[in-house]
Amino acid sequence: MSKVTLTIDGLQIPAKEGMTVLEAAQASGLYIPNLCNHPDLKPAGLCRVCVVKMDDWKIAISCKLPVKDGMVISTEDPEVQQIRKSTVELLVANHPMTCLTCEADGDCELQRVAHYVGITQENLNRYRRSVRSIPIDRSNPFFDFDHNKCILCGICVRTCDELQNINAIDYAQRGVDSIISTLANKPIAESRCESCGECVIRCPVAALAPKGAQEPMREVKSICSYCGVGCGVMLGVRGQKVVSVEGDRDNPVNKGSLCVKGRFGYRFINHPERLKTPLIKKNGTLEEASWDEALDLIAEKFSNSKGDKFAALASARITNEDNYLIQKFTRAVMGTNNIDHCARL
Amino acid sequence: MAGLATSLGSGAMTNSIAEISGASTIFAIGTNTTQAHPVLALQAKKAAREGANLIVANPKEIDLCRHATIHLQHRPGTDVALVMGMIKVIVDAGLADMEFINSRCENFDAFVDSLAEFDLASVEKITGVPGELISKAAKIFASEGPSSILYCMGITQHCHGTDNVWSLSNLALVTGNLGKASAGVNPLRGQNNVQGSCDMGALPDVYPGYQKVAKAESKKKFEAAWGVSLSDQEGLTHSEIFDDIHDGKITALYLIGENPYLSEANANHAIESMNRLDFLVVQDIFLTETAELADVVLPAASFAEKNGTFSNTERRIQRIRKAVDAPGEAKPDWQIVAAIASRMGAQGFDFEDEAQIMNEIASLTPSYGGISYERLEGGGIQWPCPTQDHPGTPTLHVEKFGTPSGKAQFMPLSFRDSAELPDDEYPFLLTTDRSLFHYHTGSMTRRVAGLEQLDSEEFLKINPKDAASLGLEDNEVVQIASRRGQTQAKTKVTKICPPGLVSMTFHFAESPTNVLTSPALDPVAKIPETKVCAVKLEKV
Repeated sequence: MSKVTLTIDGLQIPAKEGMTVLEAAQASGLYIPNLCNHPDLKPAGLCRVCVVKMDDWKIAISCKLPVKDGMVISTEDPEVQQIRKSTVELLVANHPMTCLTCEADGDCELQRVAHYVGITQENLNRYRRSVRSIPIDRSNPFFDFDHNKCILCGICVRTCDELQNINAIDYAQRGVDSIISTLANKPIAESRCESCGECVIRCPVAALAPKGAQEPMREVKSICSYCGVGCGVMLGVRGQKVVSVEGDRDNPVNKGSLCVKGRFGYRFINHPERLKTPLIKKNGTLEEASWDEALDLIAEKFSNSKGDKFAALASARITNEDNYLIQKFTRAVMGTNNIDHCARL
Repeated sequence: MAGLATSLGSGAMTNSIAEISGASTIFAIGTNTTQAHPVLALQAKKAAREGANLIVANPKEIDLCRHATIHLQHRPGTDVALVMGMIKVIVDAGLADMEFINSRCENFDAFVDSLAEFDLASVEKITGVPGELISKAAKIFASEGPSSILYCMGITQHCHGTDNVWSLSNLALVTGNLGKASAGVNPLRGQNNVQGSCDMGALPDVYPGYQKVAKAESKKKFEAAWGVSLSDQEGLTHSEIFDDIHDGKITALYLIGENPYLSEANANHAIESMNRLDFLVVQDIFLTETAELADVVLPAASFAEKNGTFSNTERRIQRIRKAVDAPGEAKPDWQIVAAIASRMGAQGFDFEDEAQIMNEIASLTPSYGGISYERLEGGGIQWPCPTQDHPGTPTLHVEKFGTPSGKAQFMPLSFRDSAELPDDEYPFLLTTDRSLFHYHTGSMTRRVAGLEQLDSEEFLKINPKDAASLGLEDNEVVQIASRRGQTQAKTKVTKICPPGLVSMTFHFAESPTNVLTSPALDPVAKIPETKVCAVKLEKV
């Protein structure tokens, strides 16, 4: 792809043919307000917030505008400002004003855009506010679906279609009644939804919001412990508790994608039923014991079972280092090759 | 794994996950990919959306069929006939890649002779798939490459699983779909580190890196490295271990991170065996059904509580990192093993950390020779990675195959029936599958309340015709019995299953499916036939 140069608000920026103006701006670290755009998805051109003016005085949406060499773009032209401000006003006018208790607070694209275009209380007073009161769909155990916060950007619909190829949700109804809906408007848990949460992490507001989400204090790069695909994960931690899992976008295997188990199936880690001490069976019941007691007993019994009286079953669930030591122990200490694991099941 | 090792020289996925979306044709057989490997399935769905041919071969109308160009709905256990039938179409139509066959393969003539029994009429009769559809799929696979084969337990968990695998390597070889990008034979490994456990020699016949225990030079190498004398006698496989326990030959078992109480085929036999042990040690993160049988239970750290590496299905060695402390006195598995070894007076287990263990692994395992924690900081590396400056290997067999001759082996095959087919007494064929929401025996996922809410009990999937003939409605409790055991589950009446076929998962202790399944073993890989057994159904 050949290189081109364009000018945005007087700044010369490099781009590649085939990019949109919005992409080129973002690649150079320039912000053009937008709501329905997402880097993983094809541009939809729905929200009309990313409007810019070209040097021929035409207004265009930058998410659909291909770059051309020598192009001159303005994002601060008065007409551009007027158009996008009106567009955002209309979105904000019907939006709940419960920002402080909202899941998306501080990480909300609508907040960011409203602030950027300069929405004031006076602006909003011009409108007759009619906040919708559609019941929140709480049917899914991992996330809630609050239509009242929805700005109809369609990022969820396109994620479910373009990325996941599941198509559990789509637009339904017309005009002011427009809504993102499952087939026959059933609760999301009864739809084709696979609960992967890919729409939830892309929702620019909190129409789709994880249940009981906690911001992690720190993140640790690791690998998912379920299937053999080996998706990269970021474990979100508070204190000694894993409170969230996110896909690692730098990992070449999943590039950030996760399934329902990978994203939401982490609560076994801090489960109260985790084994915390060795247990030894005494009179038919397992009783708590010290490590010393357990190791002494095992060393004694194993010492009397060397050779082919012994077998070890290692595990496809533990690390290479764990497995290496177990087979070394079986072969070098117990003197047998009776070692296998659950690969065949 | 044993199958591909013979025909191609390596049992692992030949190509990488990222290559799947670049294939022009994807042949997914014996894999319910969207349920068992959801993130990998994204690649296949993406390819299909962008115009690739997706050929799904599965006895059930699985979710992936929604995206498929062709669905070959063959009878369970007839994979060899289906695939060999496809190959015969390809050879007869002159679509075989003779240049590849002549330069890279051996045993083609004997193989072609074995195709004689797989004429389309016979194959149609065995598989139940219209010959025309088989022919169409075969021609697409051969002429619209690169063509990638994906398979999973639906191929391997049969008493002729190795033959099934060989039929697939034959198909890839005859069409020249090996040693190049977006092609290959790709077994999707089920568990996070099943590839790594095999690589590490947690197998009865090989040391780390698939070095044979029966071979004098590998024995010598490991004796020198570990400073002990070693047995050159191959050990027993998983199912054989339970047989020997049952017969009183094995008296002590050290069982780590596994729940055979629910996962072992013909589970009652495994449970009975474990009860006969003199001494059973179970090491796990929860008190599983199996752990309750133990004499000593040891508390292990979960993946989030330790450092180490996992090797994924595409041979990529990746770092896991400790995020939180293990609960109570639980410890990483390697530390527990080292503590037992030290208590028994053994030398060579005094590692300071996981990186040191990896250094020993690298020094003894040629395919891991260039792996170190420093290098893995920058991201995963795909083995073979023999030296510190080797970048890793995304695609296997590019120059030559890993067989002794360096050439791939065509494997002549004939069709064999499954060990136990439906009859008058047990008229239904039961196959097993998995749910998107649960993992194996559910010891982790069933403790996640949300997953449990989305999928909380076993359902027997059954075709509407069969349900009607038994007077069964949707959501009714049914008794399922095989020659080995019985259990109950609710019905899910669905056309996903064709008439005569019923299907269950094995995630739920309340409905232990594996008390039903057949222990018939593949003679080479020693995998039990959990995908085919005969059952009878009775309304409760």
